[in-house]
Amino acid sequence: MPFIPHSEHDISKMLSTIGVDSIDDLFDEIPDNLRCGELEKIPSGMNEMEVSRLLRDKAAQDGLPLCFLGAGAYEHHIPAAVWEITTRGEFYSAYTPYQAEASQGTLQLLYEFQSMMASLMAMDVSNASLYDGASALAEAVLMAVRANRKSKSRKILMPQTINPVYRSVTEAIVKNQAIELIDVPYDAETGKTDLNALQQYMGVDIAALVIPQPNFFGVIDDVDALTQWAAENGALSIAVVNPMAMALLKPPGEWAGAGVDIVCGEGQPLGVPLASGGPYFGFMCCKQQHVRQMPGRIIGRTTDLDGKEGFTLTLQAREQHIRRSKATSNICTNQGLLVTAATIYMSLLGPEGLKKVGVNSHKNTQALIKRLTAIKGVNAQFTGQTFHECVLTVDADAEQLINQLAKEHHILGGFNVAKDYPTLKNTLLVCATETRTENDIERFANTLDQLINS
Amino acid sequence: MSNIPDDRKYADSHEWALLEADGIVRVGITDHAQELLGDLVFVELPEVGQQVAKGDECSVVESVKAASDIYSPVTGEIIAVNTDLEDGPEAINDSAYEDGWIFTIRPSDVTELDDMLDADGYQNLTEDE
Repeated sequence: MPFIPHSEHDISKMLSTIGVDSIDDLFDEIPDNLRCGELEKIPSGMNEMEVSRLLRDKAAQDGLPLCFLGAGAYEHHIPAAVWEITTRGEFYSAYTPYQAEASQGTLQLLYEFQSMMASLMAMDVSNASLYDGASALAEAVLMAVRANRKSKSRKILMPQTINPVYRSVTEAIVKNQAIELIDVPYDAETGKTDLNALQQYMGVDIAALVIPQPNFFGVIDDVDALTQWAAENGALSIAVVNPMAMALLKPPGEWAGAGVDIVCGEGQPLGVPLASGGPYFGFMCCKQQHVRQMPGRIIGRTTDLDGKEGFTLTLQAREQHIRRSKATSNICTNQGLLVTAATIYMSLLGPEGLKKVGVNSHKNTQALIKRLTAIKGVNAQFTGQTFHECVLTVDADAEQLINQLAKEHHILGGFNVAKDYPTLKNTLLVCATETRTENDIERFANTLDQLINS
Repeated sequence: MSNIPDDRKYADSHEWALLEADGIVRVGITDHAQELLGDLVFVELPEVGQQVAKGDECSVVESVKAASDIYSPVTGEIIAVNTDLEDGPEAINDSAYEDGWIFTIRPSDVTELDDMLDADGYQNLTEDE
């Protein structure tokens, strides 16, 4: 039964009321070439039992590969309690509640999320999340152009070391708003964003500089110097960070002393499982002075007329249901369920637990680099220090190597960097989080050695 | 009944414009407008030195329930902004025509004020709403 509420009788009644003979006549003014016609390639329907079987079979094709792949999404251990609690009926919603007064528990959870993120990033304010890391960066760019009132330009300096997916999503979202994204190259030796390349923009009106930490190559960037450069040149600074790394490295609120203006990133490492690219969630924090330009929902703590504590949706006047086309963003919703998981994950681990995950991910990756670069034909591409990812050159066709590792050995052996950086031929971006053991690393190394050297 | 002084001009969009002795025009929102908006929580001020055309959005007043654009009543250059509103936007609620002024502007063509409503005209407008 199709879930269409109108019966044939309803439809003919409506058509005759407005004086049209048929549905086709109703849509007559739409030119033929813009109409989709019949969807011939859609197979016929299946029942629930058949669909379950089909999806089970497809899922089984993935197997249980050993994962050394990161490039933006990371396999971390998620305590069983996280999703057990997250999927309780009281929490099981994708949205910030519209009837705030009646949803105090959900609002409190979001408020705790904001407090945790602001603390982790050492920033004044956090919102209740955005869709994902890539669109969060696009929103941060739009926000910076609005917030930097001293700048008349719509130029953004965007390092090539930013995740290429984030760069293309950001470009797609901002290009029709006459915002120009200017590439900043990386240092070919260290893999860091090239500070010298910024010198040509001294004195040029730039709205914002984007600063990754760690960058896409896993390299720890000179964030203090980059933040300082932005501050001295009248540009706002936008940090794009891995939240797990911030448990270990200096948080963006302290870069160059005064901190950055805006922080954004992908929240997936905080309790969200790898799931074919999503759903994940984006986060965003900023300095107090920019809060009215921040997109997304913000939960506030307040007191009611009787002096009792309560939680509320605050600063709604900048959102689209009130400000309409002049809203700070056309995204004023968030990823409520994934943020619920992240909040529970962070509260179960605590600051010390998060730090341990970061430390162990770093240690395992350093062990992985040491072991793999001991193989003949495998070398580190860059000299810069790394957090939990590294670019390695291999004496083999990287794409073929990755496919062989996956198909024949059930190992996800990294990301083929040349796909997005054609000059970095035959390089793998590899990662070992806290979930990888010595045995795992040994298995990967032995397999790789065999494939390259025999 | 709202208070509508007859020493100044009014826009349909509820701004007032007062031509001062030195030829500068002072701009704010009317008592009627602040009543409609309710408690103001934030004012986004224009930049001093900014060039604006008559009808340009150049400021935003935000209350707990709405955010409204302020349109410049004349063409010219922003000379001063009321920075007291940054920490005390409620001045607009308390004193819409005096302490709650928003910006001053040096008009390039002062006759633009002639197109605006006088106190009686604005009174009629608010009664029709």
